[in-house]
Amino acid sequence: MKMLFYPGCSMQRTARPYLDSLMAIRETIGLELEEVADWNCCGATEYMSVHRVPALALVGRNLAIASRQAEGTDTLTAGCSACYLNLAKTDQQMREDPRLAAKVNDALHAGGLSYAAGSLKVRHLLDVVCNDVGYEAVQAKVVRPLHGLRLAPYYGCQVVRPDPDSRWDDREHPTAMDRLLRALGADVVDYPLKTQCCGGHMTVIGPDVAYGLIRRLVHGAATAGADAIVTLCPMCQLNLDAYQIEMNKHYGTSYAIPVLYFTQLMGLAFGKAPAELGIGKEFVPAAPALSRISDRPPAAEAAKKKRRPRAADGLPMPRMG
Amino acid sequence: MTDQPQQHQQEQGQEERIGVYVCHCGTNIAGVIDVGSVRDFAGEGLKGRGVVLSRDYTFMCSTTGQELIQKDIAEHGLTRVVVAACSPHLHEGTFRTACDRAGLNPYLCELASIREHVAWVHTDHDAATTKAKAIVSGAIERARHSVPLEAIHVPVDAATLVVGGGIAGLQAALEIADAGHEVYLVEREPSVGGHMAQFDKTFPTLDCAACILTPKMAAAGSHPHLHLHTWSEVEKVEGFVGNFTVTVRRKPRYVLEDVCTGCGICIEKCPVVVVDDAYEAGIGYRKAIYMPFPQAVPKLPVLDPDTCTYYLKGKGSCRACEKFCPTEPNSIDFNQTEQRINLRVGNIVLATGFDLFDARRIPQYGYGRLPNVFTNLELERMCNASGPTGGAITLRDGRTAPKSVGIIHCVGSRDRNYNNYCSAICCMQSLKLAHLVRERTGAEVHNFYIDLRTAFKDYDEFYQRVLDEGVHFVRGKVAEVSEVPRGPDEAEGKLYVQVEDTLIGMQRRIPVDMVVLSAGIEPRHDAKQVGQTFGIACSANGWFIEKHAKLDPISTMTEGVFLAGCAQGPKDIPASVSQGAAAAARVLMRIRQGELALEPVRASIDAERCSGCRICNALCPFNAISYDAAGGVSAINSALCQGCGTCVAACPAGAIAGSGFSNEQVLAQIEGLLLTNLEPAEALT
Repeated sequence: MKMLFYPGCSMQRTARPYLDSLMAIRETIGLELEEVADWNCCGATEYMSVHRVPALALVGRNLAIASRQAEGTDTLTAGCSACYLNLAKTDQQMREDPRLAAKVNDALHAGGLSYAAGSLKVRHLLDVVCNDVGYEAVQAKVVRPLHGLRLAPYYGCQVVRPDPDSRWDDREHPTAMDRLLRALGADVVDYPLKTQCCGGHMTVIGPDVAYGLIRRLVHGAATAGADAIVTLCPMCQLNLDAYQIEMNKHYGTSYAIPVLYFTQLMGLAFGKAPAELGIGKEFVPAAPALSRISDRPPAAEAAKKKRRPRAADGLPMPRMG
Repeated sequence: MTDQPQQHQQEQGQEERIGVYVCHCGTNIAGVIDVGSVRDFAGEGLKGRGVVLSRDYTFMCSTTGQELIQKDIAEHGLTRVVVAACSPHLHEGTFRTACDRAGLNPYLCELASIREHVAWVHTDHDAATTKAKAIVSGAIERARHSVPLEAIHVPVDAATLVVGGGIAGLQAALEIADAGHEVYLVEREPSVGGHMAQFDKTFPTLDCAACILTPKMAAAGSHPHLHLHTWSEVEKVEGFVGNFTVTVRRKPRYVLEDVCTGCGICIEKCPVVVVDDAYEAGIGYRKAIYMPFPQAVPKLPVLDPDTCTYYLKGKGSCRACEKFCPTEPNSIDFNQTEQRINLRVGNIVLATGFDLFDARRIPQYGYGRLPNVFTNLELERMCNASGPTGGAITLRDGRTAPKSVGIIHCVGSRDRNYNNYCSAICCMQSLKLAHLVRERTGAEVHNFYIDLRTAFKDYDEFYQRVLDEGVHFVRGKVAEVSEVPRGPDEAEGKLYVQVEDTLIGMQRRIPVDMVVLSAGIEPRHDAKQVGQTFGIACSANGWFIEKHAKLDPISTMTEGVFLAGCAQGPKDIPASVSQGAAAAARVLMRIRQGELALEPVRASIDAERCSGCRICNALCPFNAISYDAAGGVSAINSALCQGCGTCVAACPAGAIAGSGFSNEQVLAQIEGLLLTNLEPAEALT
């Protein structure tokens, strides 16, 4: 399955383990990723609201190069949530507003480039893995199931919202990564904070606010009994992992929940060596959590003996699904 | 229709004496259209087309206006009348009756809609006047080809079918039966009673729902003219107004209805306990053989084969109900099968009710995930003395009384992500539940609302009362309900309601022990399918469409099918009862008339030209066309036909003609609209 790949700055620096693990598993899941040549910064989250047209042109350049390069695929994928959202937003806004598209293309012409809005399908990496590769294909490649590992799936805010092409089952409580992690053999805990904000760049601008948000996410995962938080975004990983220590200092707490990329967990389940997946580079060490992975599946819950409900059981819960 | 009479008609058309009447409708028409100019255009410009007189008048629909027409018919020997006024939906009947009184066949009167189609939709006076002239011209040309028609008379069967045994259906059924006519009440569930039977108290008077409902249920169960078919569904409806044949599928109860005494020993002895998703809203239990609630009518248990050991583990197992049944012969019949019965009825009342909005669809409110998030229906069951907690309001553990409760309004209603309409009952229901929670637990209650809608008698007074009782009201849409504290200052073990309080302009996080979601109401999940069975349509939101939103919310576009209760749209108990009674009055009027005069606008097939292709058979929305295999042609049942014209347009051989809408009439009307009847054509401007 061939597609164009936009790594973005984060994946090459702070989120290097994300890129390394992706490279380690791509062949296993049959992904042929062709890097967009001479790509530039996506402008991150802020630039779009400062100077709209230049910001769009900045992203437009990446789209233009990618579309020129596209051969045998019209899919452009990005692993970073901000990169993905900027690419998707630019394409969508150019599609919906031809006058804006003309302005962006005016700017691109200066560099001998142009982009026809809608000619590329911009997809987040998780979307590609879940919906194109598919849960069954992933499960088929699992050689070392993550039995006994309890994971909190954390999507962050940018991938499932605004979701212009309706790729996710729910914008508040998506379940795609939950299913993926289950396919790897892991236990997925109920994590209602899965789309709450990680604080973004507030860690730099207003750390107190960011610490509050980070605390809530880490505390929520701890309360839910998670061994690790699983993310799909370099920003989220950085905030929850690197700033977890700062947050602990701020609140006088001692949380130690490692934050890993879903690609790293896929790699582990596919039998790759942790070092190859960038595991060990995180601030909150993942080793203690990963040591809980058991060879055997959790004892199938002692075949629940059906018994008549008693008053002490309380009222029945609504049935789900 | 053969060619001969049409030719005769066309010849006659040249000699028609047409009277044209242009209505001002106060300023409704005259404020936009130059009625004098339209009058002169018809009177002078179309003299050559048979117009012998043209008048304008302030209100043609008034007695004076009608008398004007009658007088002209007598004095000027008019053979056609064209009234340029409002839509035929409003006053076609009025003017046709006036013509009839003056001895002119009513179907020779034509209405030109220059109000709805012109005056109300245009602002340019000159252009509107020009358009009105074109429409009048079309009507005149059409009238030249009209033929006298006679109304179709059909007898009315005095028996009535009521579908749905909730409060609306019960009311309709009882009123018709009380008048001495047979009523068949078909109910899908094992007992009549509907949603109202699940409630504890009713707003705004707080009388006990069961106390006011059970007398009606009991009356329905014992009425000599009312025949209950519970645990049954209507499968097929054939025929037409006055003469429907209805097939009812009676699901097996596995209990012999005429032997069982309803003693309840079988229920007591049944060892299988399962969650009751229907009557107990999933918050209580029932047995595999059960009676939905103590006051059920008929007082008969029903056996659920999906949970019964006998059916799950095979013959020979359990059979406790059978063993302990004290009747002779035994009331349990494991071999019962479903049965189909045919009923002949003249009229049908549809009172099929609503489904509750599924709160799981809004995951951020946590229903199904957070134990102490409940729906309004769950709380209704909890409040009810025969409910799972015996009337105690508790958390999901079934013991602890909440100290603080948040009630979220508009869950799934007035929300473009789910349903854009207002469910109408939830504000008052939420107020009632707030009152009950305070009364029974003394808990602090916060109501989170967008707007409070307490219209109708004594409702706002009830709101004032609940305010006085110390219930808090926060105006704002709740963003989420979360069990995770935001910071160390927030306690564990609470549910946090995150809301923008728009009255103080602040975000608030209100900790509570229990959240109640005021889930809205939705059309029945199978409303569309049921609509098809009865030949009626659903609105975009899925409610059954009434004949007229304001003036006839009881009838449907299918003659003889009436609506009552929430099937037609969200409404509370008083409104459902009123509509049920209104539907009964309509049915009784029909029965009293004994015979119905139907519009003679009907399609007919020219057997000579019909190729027997059967395209029209499937297209007919009223199932009025059948195929005569012997003759190799299709035929139309004129009593079933509603004159919609679908088949006329679809027939590839042009073999179908619609009376009142013949090809000649329609083509002539188009020519009239295009003013090709004018010479010179510019005469209009």
